[in-house]
Amino acid sequence: MTLAVQFTDVSRVFGDVKAVDRVSIDIQDGEFFSMLGPSGSGKTTCLRLIAGFEQPSAGSIRIHGAEAVGLAPYQRDVNTVFQDYALFPHMNVRDNVAYGLKVKGVAKSERLTRAEEALGMVALGGYGERKPAQLSGGQRQRVALARALVNRPRVLLLDEPLGALDLKLREQMQGELKKLQRQLGITFIFVTHDQTEALSMSDRVAVFNKGRIEQVDSPRNLYMKPATPFVAEFVGTSNVLRGELAQQLSGSAQPFSIRPEHIRLQDGLSQAAASGEVEISGLLHDIQYQGASTRYEIRLENGQNLSVSQANNQWQDSTLAHQPGQRVTARWAREAMIVLRDNAPREGL
Amino acid sequence: MQLSLNAPLPRPTAGPLHRLANLLYRKPNLYLAMLLLPPLLWFGAIYFGSLLTLLWQGLYTFDDFSMTVTPELTLANLKALFQPANYDIILRTLCMAVAVSLASAMLAFPIAYYMARFTTGKTKAFFYIAVMMPMWASYIVKAYAWTLLLAKGGVAQWFVDQMGLAPVLQFILGIPGVGGSTLSTSHLGRFLVFVYIWLPFMILPIQAALERLPPSLLQASADLGAKPWQTFVQVILPLSIPGIAAGSIFTFSLTLGDFIVPQLVGPPGFFIGSMVYVQQGAIGNMPMAAAFTLVPIVLIAIYLAIVKRLGAFDAL
Repeated sequence: MTLAVQFTDVSRVFGDVKAVDRVSIDIQDGEFFSMLGPSGSGKTTCLRLIAGFEQPSAGSIRIHGAEAVGLAPYQRDVNTVFQDYALFPHMNVRDNVAYGLKVKGVAKSERLTRAEEALGMVALGGYGERKPAQLSGGQRQRVALARALVNRPRVLLLDEPLGALDLKLREQMQGELKKLQRQLGITFIFVTHDQTEALSMSDRVAVFNKGRIEQVDSPRNLYMKPATPFVAEFVGTSNVLRGELAQQLSGSAQPFSIRPEHIRLQDGLSQAAASGEVEISGLLHDIQYQGASTRYEIRLENGQNLSVSQANNQWQDSTLAHQPGQRVTARWAREAMIVLRDNAPREGL
Repeated sequence: MQLSLNAPLPRPTAGPLHRLANLLYRKPNLYLAMLLLPPLLWFGAIYFGSLLTLLWQGLYTFDDFSMTVTPELTLANLKALFQPANYDIILRTLCMAVAVSLASAMLAFPIAYYMARFTTGKTKAFFYIAVMMPMWASYIVKAYAWTLLLAKGGVAQWFVDQMGLAPVLQFILGIPGVGGSTLSTSHLGRFLVFVYIWLPFMILPIQAALERLPPSLLQASADLGAKPWQTFVQVILPLSIPGIAAGSIFTFSLTLGDFIVPQLVGPPGFFIGSMVYVQQGAIGNMPMAAAFTLVPIVLIAIYLAIVKRLGAFDAL
């Protein structure tokens, strides 16, 4: 399988801020690849490096095998869907979509046909005459998508394209983007800070933190086998236990993560733990009813908080079983504990 | 511990000032009316009213023999605008206004572009001051200074001689409609002074328009394969046209109404402004002066209609 985009030790420095710090990634041709991270983690800078809006301070970027460092955006076979859509306000929708073809000198009749085709692909046929200002946010987003896809790029870059949409529309667009990507078979590189979005759409996800990549993996592995405390806490919610407590529970000083939904709750003090199980008691101090599940917050003896989530999958309401102020025991299977790489002090920094 | 949300709110004091404040809060339109009344009175009565009175006087009769104005309505003054002598004045002023606007736009655009896209902080402040500073000096002094700069033996002449371009200047000054005996008595000289004086009025609106241009639009254009010149022609220029239009409205109307530069620089011959000045000042023919005042108003109305037709305001 060929690589769509390959980063080798890429850094981008702004003043004395390392926005991207020695990042290496291999993005396969035809995959839906997400870059996930909090704001300022370097994911958008990586996208801009691929598009050519930024040049790396060091390292090599290859797009379909060819070195891209030094190439201007208009010399690259990639297209971008911008966060603010960046539609040209003085052109109607059709001219916006046909723009890429126009500047490349495609004949008028062909570019109009292709623009109409691209608009049809995003279910906006017949909107060609409208100005971007006359469209809703969701429609503008589709126009931006059509405008990028009409050029038949081999790599499509999406910079938090769903961020400005409301929840229902966002979920709908997630499904449509995924479908579109499968149909077209081109590489999608999707930047987002929303972990649900990244998990539900992607073939693989890279988790960014402070300019570096913490983990690149499939959504399932990212959730089930987080490699670092950051990934464990950023992707879904997690209890990360460290130090003495970790030693006592897992027998190793390495930090480990336990998901709230993998913990079971019992009233009262700890009894003898079943084999292959770990248990710890604490004070239940808060209960949040969340519909499909209920979240219990437990204060452990060393003051640390432990979140426990219990599914409300019985017709009875399990919330009534526990009361704040009660002493409870939390127990979980040994295999549910995921030992994390404690990467706080990094080599070479 | 029981927290109560029923704590009594502090009772609103019932003073007249409070009641007024409450009234204004409940009736926002009243508030708006109070706020707008003074400027509307000023604008309506003093500004607009006096303009209408002036134009109305354009219909009064001026008696050439007794040099008196009588309030008998006539269209003679408006008809007189189309006499060849007056028509020439209008045409001369109009051509100058168009030429000045075009040249200002071409000179202003690169400066405005640089200011909007490549300067920040202190550099930007420096450019603002550099553009505005000429406006702080008295306009008449600047016009006089230019008569000296452009005079025979002046700085401009010296510079042209140093460059060895004297024959070129002589040739240009020989072109009818452009030239004159020296730079300071030529149409070209007058044009240069006009462009100098009105340039800031062109730079600032274009700069404002370019500043509003989101950088992502330019990135999107490059991303879609447009080379820099294509981005300029397809995106930057169309979106800066509202700014150019706004600037040209300034340069165009200011040139149409000016009466000082045409007197100080350039060949003899009236401009609309100087004609108005002479008619109402030296001759006392207020009705004819008022009729002339109508000309720039009509020309600018036509100009705005054309600009609007061209779609300059679509991107606003």
